[in-house]
Amino acid sequence: MIDKSFASAEAALADIPDGATIMIGGFGNAGMPALLIEALIAQGARELTIVNNNAGNADTGLAALIAAKRVRRILCSFPRQADSWHFDRAYRAGEIELELVPQGTLAERIRAAGAGIGAFYTPTAFGTLLAEGKETRRIADRDYVLEYPIHADYALIKADRADRWGNLVYRKTARNFAPIMAAAARCTVVQVREIVELGALDPEAVVTPGIFVKRVVKVASSLKKAA
Amino acid sequence: MMKKLDRNQMAARVARDIPEGSYVNLGIGLPTLVADHLPKGREIILHSENGVLGVGPKPAPGEEDEDLINAGKEPVTLLSGGAYFHHADSFAMIRGRHLDFAVLGAFQVSIAGDLANWHTGGADAIPAVGGAMDLAMGAKKVLVMMEHLTKKGESKIVARCSYPLTGARCVNRIYTDLAVIDVKADGLHVVETVEGLSFEELERLTGVPLKRFATAA
Repeated sequence: MIDKSFASAEAALADIPDGATIMIGGFGNAGMPALLIEALIAQGARELTIVNNNAGNADTGLAALIAAKRVRRILCSFPRQADSWHFDRAYRAGEIELELVPQGTLAERIRAAGAGIGAFYTPTAFGTLLAEGKETRRIADRDYVLEYPIHADYALIKADRADRWGNLVYRKTARNFAPIMAAAARCTVVQVREIVELGALDPEAVVTPGIFVKRVVKVASSLKKAA
Repeated sequence: MMKKLDRNQMAARVARDIPEGSYVNLGIGLPTLVADHLPKGREIILHSENGVLGVGPKPAPGEEDEDLINAGKEPVTLLSGGAYFHHADSFAMIRGRHLDFAVLGAFQVSIAGDLANWHTGGADAIPAVGGAMDLAMGAKKVLVMMEHLTKKGESKIVARCSYPLTGARCVNRIYTDLAVIDVKADGLHVVETVEGLSFEELERLTGVPLKRFATAA
C-alpha cells in the first residue's frame, strides 16, 4: 500500500543534509509552509540554498530560518520588503549570497527543472543588469536571454488537502509556486490541512498529481493562523 | 496656474483609456489605484502575478483571507468568474503576450521608451525586481503612471535612463500629473496636458524634445 503520510514534520525532514538546495513555496505568507520551516529550523541543517519568491517577512517562517543563520544562498525575485529585516541584515553583513531572478524567470526555471528542459530563451531582462554575462540570441525579431533550470533536493510546500497517494489541491493564492516546485525537487514534502480518503479529491480538480509528491504531513488545525 | 492631477485623478485618467474586455495587470503602488476608478459599466479583468484573474475589491474589515492576496501582498477578493493558477501559468499569461495592458510605476522613462523602475543602483540598495521585467517585456501595451518630476524638480522623462533598466523600448504611453504622452518610433508625442499648462512649458519642464500630438487619443 502506498502511504505518503508522515506522522510529523520532524520525521518528514529528518534526512535533509547540510548544504541542501530547498525550494520553499509561498508568496509572502500565502502558501508559506510554516510548520515545515519550523521543523527545518529545529532539524538544524546548515549552509542551505533556498529558493523562494521572497526572503522572509517579519520574524517567522523563512525569516526565522535566515535569522538562525542556516541560509548561505538564496534565489528569489523580491527580497527587499518593509519587513525583510533579517535578510537585510544578513545580506549587508555578507552572510548570505543573493541571486536575484525576475519572478517569471524564476517560475519558468523551476518549471523547466520539473519538466526536464535543459535551458530556455526568455525575452525577460534582455538589455538589463540581470542579463549581464548571460548568453543571448535573436530569434525572429526579438532578443532573448538563455536561462537554465533550477533543480532542488527538497521542496517544502503547503497545500489544502491531500490523499495518501500525494494528490494535492490548494486554496486560493496559496497555490503560487507550489505545483512547479513539487515537480522540480527530488523530494517534495507537503504540509496540508487535511488528509482525505483516496477518491475523495475530484480527479478533475487535482492540481498536483501524487507522482510529484513524496511526503505529506497534516498540520494541527490550531496552527491555521501561523505564518 | 496649472492644475496638476492628484494621484486619484491620475488613476481615473488611466482607467478611462482601458476598454471593456481588457485583461490588465496593475503594478504595485500608484497603479493599484486604477482599480478604484475603472468605469462601472465596463467588464475589465484584473490579473495578479501570484495567480489570480478577476481580482476584486478589498474585503470588508474582518473578511480578509490570508490565502487571498494580490502581488502587493494586500488582501483582495475574487470576482465571480475569477480563477486561480500557479506561478508558471501566471507568467505564461504575462510573457506570452496575453495581457492587454500592464500599468507600471517608474523612476524614469527615456525618449526611446526604456523603463527604469526596479533599482536605484545605489551601493547600499538591496535590489528587488519581482515581476516588473516580465511585465515590461510581456504585456501587449505598457502604460507608465508616475509623477512628472522628482521631488527635486527633475524630469522623470529623460534622454537616457540613469537608473538600471527594467526593459528597453517597452513603454507605449506615459501618464503623469502633468500630461499624457505617447512613446513612438519618432519620439514623444504629447496627447494632452493638464489645464493651464502649455506645450512649451511642458517641454521646458520635461527637458527633452516633445512633439505636439497629431490627433487626440
